[in-house]
Amino acid sequence: MTPAAPLLVVDDIRHRFGGVQALDHVSFGVNRGEIKAVIGPNGAGKTTLFNVVSGLIRPQSGTVRFNGTAISGLPPYRIAGLGLSRTFQTPSLFLNMTTLENVMVGRHVRSRAGLLAAALRLPAQRREERAIHDVSLALLEEVGLAAAARRPVGALSFGQRRMVELARALATEPELLLLDEPASGLNTRETDDLATLIGRIRDRGITVLLVEHDMSLVMDIADSIVVLHFGVPIAEGTPAVIRNDRRVVSVYLGGDFADAASA
Amino acid sequence: MAEFFQYALSGVTMGSIYAAVAVGFNLIYGTTGILNFAQGEFVMLGGMIAVSLAAFMPLPLAVAAAMLIVALCGGALEILFFRRLRSHSALHMIVITIGLSIVVREAALHVWDESVRSLPYFTGNECSSVHLAGAALSPQVFWVLGTVGLAVLVLHTFFRYSLAGKAMRACASNYEAAMLVGINTANVRTLAFSVSAGLGALAGCVISPIGMTQYDMGTDLAIKGFAAAILGGLGNPMAGVAGGLLVGLAESYSVKFLPAAYKDATAFAILLLVLFVRPHGLFGRRQGSAVREA
Amino acid sequence: MRPRPLVPVLAAALAVVALQVAVTAAGREYYLTQTIMAAYYAVVALGLCLVMGYAGQISLGHAAFFSLGGYTSAVLTTADLTPLARSGWGGPLLRLHLLQARAGLYGGETIGANPWAAFGGALLLTFAVALLVGYPALRLKGHYLAMATLGFGLIVYRLLLGTNLTGAADGITGVPPWRLGFGLEISGDGAQRIANYYVAWGLVLFTILLLTHIVHSRAGRAFRALHGGETAANSMGINTAAYKLRAFVLSALLAAAAGSMLTHYSGGIGPSEASAMKSVRYVALVAAGGMANLWGVLVVSATLNFLSLRGCFGSYDDALFGALLIAIVSLAPEGPLQPLTAQGRRLWSRLAGHRVMTTPEGPAP
Repeated sequence: MTPAAPLLVVDDIRHRFGGVQALDHVSFGVNRGEIKAVIGPNGAGKTTLFNVVSGLIRPQSGTVRFNGTAISGLPPYRIAGLGLSRTFQTPSLFLNMTTLENVMVGRHVRSRAGLLAAALRLPAQRREERAIHDVSLALLEEVGLAAAARRPVGALSFGQRRMVELARALATEPELLLLDEPASGLNTRETDDLATLIGRIRDRGITVLLVEHDMSLVMDIADSIVVLHFGVPIAEGTPAVIRNDRRVVSVYLGGDFADAASA
Repeated sequence: MAEFFQYALSGVTMGSIYAAVAVGFNLIYGTTGILNFAQGEFVMLGGMIAVSLAAFMPLPLAVAAAMLIVALCGGALEILFFRRLRSHSALHMIVITIGLSIVVREAALHVWDESVRSLPYFTGNECSSVHLAGAALSPQVFWVLGTVGLAVLVLHTFFRYSLAGKAMRACASNYEAAMLVGINTANVRTLAFSVSAGLGALAGCVISPIGMTQYDMGTDLAIKGFAAAILGGLGNPMAGVAGGLLVGLAESYSVKFLPAAYKDATAFAILLLVLFVRPHGLFGRRQGSAVREA
Repeated sequence: MRPRPLVPVLAAALAVVALQVAVTAAGREYYLTQTIMAAYYAVVALGLCLVMGYAGQISLGHAAFFSLGGYTSAVLTTADLTPLARSGWGGPLLRLHLLQARAGLYGGETIGANPWAAFGGALLLTFAVALLVGYPALRLKGHYLAMATLGFGLIVYRLLLGTNLTGAADGITGVPPWRLGFGLEISGDGAQRIANYYVAWGLVLFTILLLTHIVHSRAGRAFRALHGGETAANSMGINTAAYKLRAFVLSALLAAAAGSMLTHYSGGIGPSEASAMKSVRYVALVAAGGMANLWGVLVVSATLNFLSLRGCFGSYDDALFGALLIAIVSLAPEGPLQPLTAQGRRLWSRLAGHRVMTTPEGPAP
């Protein structure tokens, strides 16, 4: 495989829910090191696409390739183990745990101690636990929540929960990070911080694929955009290309887009 | 052949009791999302109360009164314990219905003690028998089949055509939507508990002469009734009837192949097998199956 | 967070010693008998606490695992294995001390399994059964899982009741003492009561130490994560099905170990140990202890079982557990000890000069 080959290849995915064709012949690639955005109106199939890529839904036809390996049909935990991590549209944290513990769960795929080693607290397990703790705390620091480490995660605000979820996803050391509407529910300042953070994540060499409604954020940070409309990809290209794509503007974005673009 | 027929009828007799329990399960589960582990206790209470009342009133009146009392108890349970708990998790619901079943059972132990009781035969006595295709049957068998069959038919009609029945079906298919169109969902839930309890009590009365009534009969009945409900597909009120008959027959024929002491274990084994292989039931669709229930 | 269970475990060990000294000084050593039994039942509750409180899965069949352990030990140690001993296998088995001779019922000697070997057999059998039942059952959720485990428990109960090998309704008596070495033995012998008290409570404290370690480890976080959100846990790389099974099997093994040891202590076991009511009791104890609270479960189960075994509740014994379940779920679903333990933790933190740290307990909403 050449280094130029895309990290993620979505190839001709189709999926129906009852009478709704949620995804119809969806194909695109995500290159290493880029930030790619999937946009489209509500019901365009963006979240379904994410669920297919992360393994929560097995597509009815088509394949998803990650690093050259076909991952469609693998259980989510295997896909996560291969270096693909995600966040959810509404932060899906473990409310029965502290903030730090939530992030520590993200280290699961990068550690290995089993039940017996834990029960007996063997030296290797203790070393590993210490490393898990330190890495997770550093990630919390990075998203500005180190002070909340020992608080129950349920006590955090919505915006803070988004950040914890992001830290948890980063803790898996993903090659590809899937962000499902990371800015929804955030205020302007939080959104700006998020944009900076996503930039930093990319600079670390992590490829980012995101679904987002906030058009100014997408136009700001994305290297490339795919537009979905009722499950059909209607355009793909750089923000500049998408901005001037007449089909996108007329079929989907309409007046809203003009506002967003000028904002 | 005669032996085969004898087994079949005894299977169908017990099966119709399981069917009544299964229908009761489905009624409550469909409208409230609660799996009532105390379902078997309604059957026990029905039998016990009728036995006590029959001492000083005619049998039909005692049975009717027992049904009414148990139905009222069922409604009261919903109002007292479940109305406030709507938002609680499945784990909590399970724990509370189990707690209720224990308390009802222990209360029955203190009221009626440990002894085995039974109602008199509705017609004839323990010696009278009807010969049918070479098999000897107690006339009570026909009472059981007839009564449970009729009750199920009445319920079916009630669901199809009456307003309250339609409201219950609406709650079962979409609780929020039912609430939005102005159905008093709280009352529907209470009604579901009452009807289900009354049906259980009726089954407890008709089976009492041949199956006996004892304070601790509830748990086994609940599990077998649940096996029947699962076989038919949980939440589908009438499919439980077929499931009940199947469980009864399997249990009855198991005596031919296994020691009689393992008879009860057979029904439980069927339950496990169905749960593991087809949790959405033999006739049910995969939709809303056990694997997806939150 | 580094778990520091050693401090509370040492404190509990002191309390265990203090209790024994006080009871002996008061001349009421017979209290220890029920304390010992309560300890073994507490081990079952602690194991179930891992499954219910931490991994969020219900099991209404844990009495079956307890009995599986107890009955395997009882059957293997009381059965007359003389024919086996005389067969070609007898030599090596005797030399490995897997078989042992004991005084026969009618004089002379019979040969049965060594309690250690029987214990190993009990754990192996339980491991196999827990895997076999847990694998398909844990794919089910909520009510369905509850019914499946209850059904499993009832099957075991009926089989024990209906099988001659397990003594049918009478159960098995005459289980020989289990010699642990150093003059210690698990048996009902009055002279060994204090020793047995320490063996039983040693097991409890060892169990709680192991479980605390597990809860605060990678595996423990996986258990709690799948409780908090199965989809999210799966997406974080946790094989949720495998972890559910691990919690279930581990707790089944704890139950079987307790069953096996208590059977040697009591000298026998009966089918009522496998009844659905027993399983429900364990669930009640975990719920009353606050679900995800090992110490709460220990305190509640030791106290209630002790009182129950002393006959304090009379004929209202089972009713009490039923009422307890209803009361807790209606009034204090987080567990009645929750406010207490939170207070205690705060106090402890202040005393120890740590920062206040609260971990939310109980099931996620």
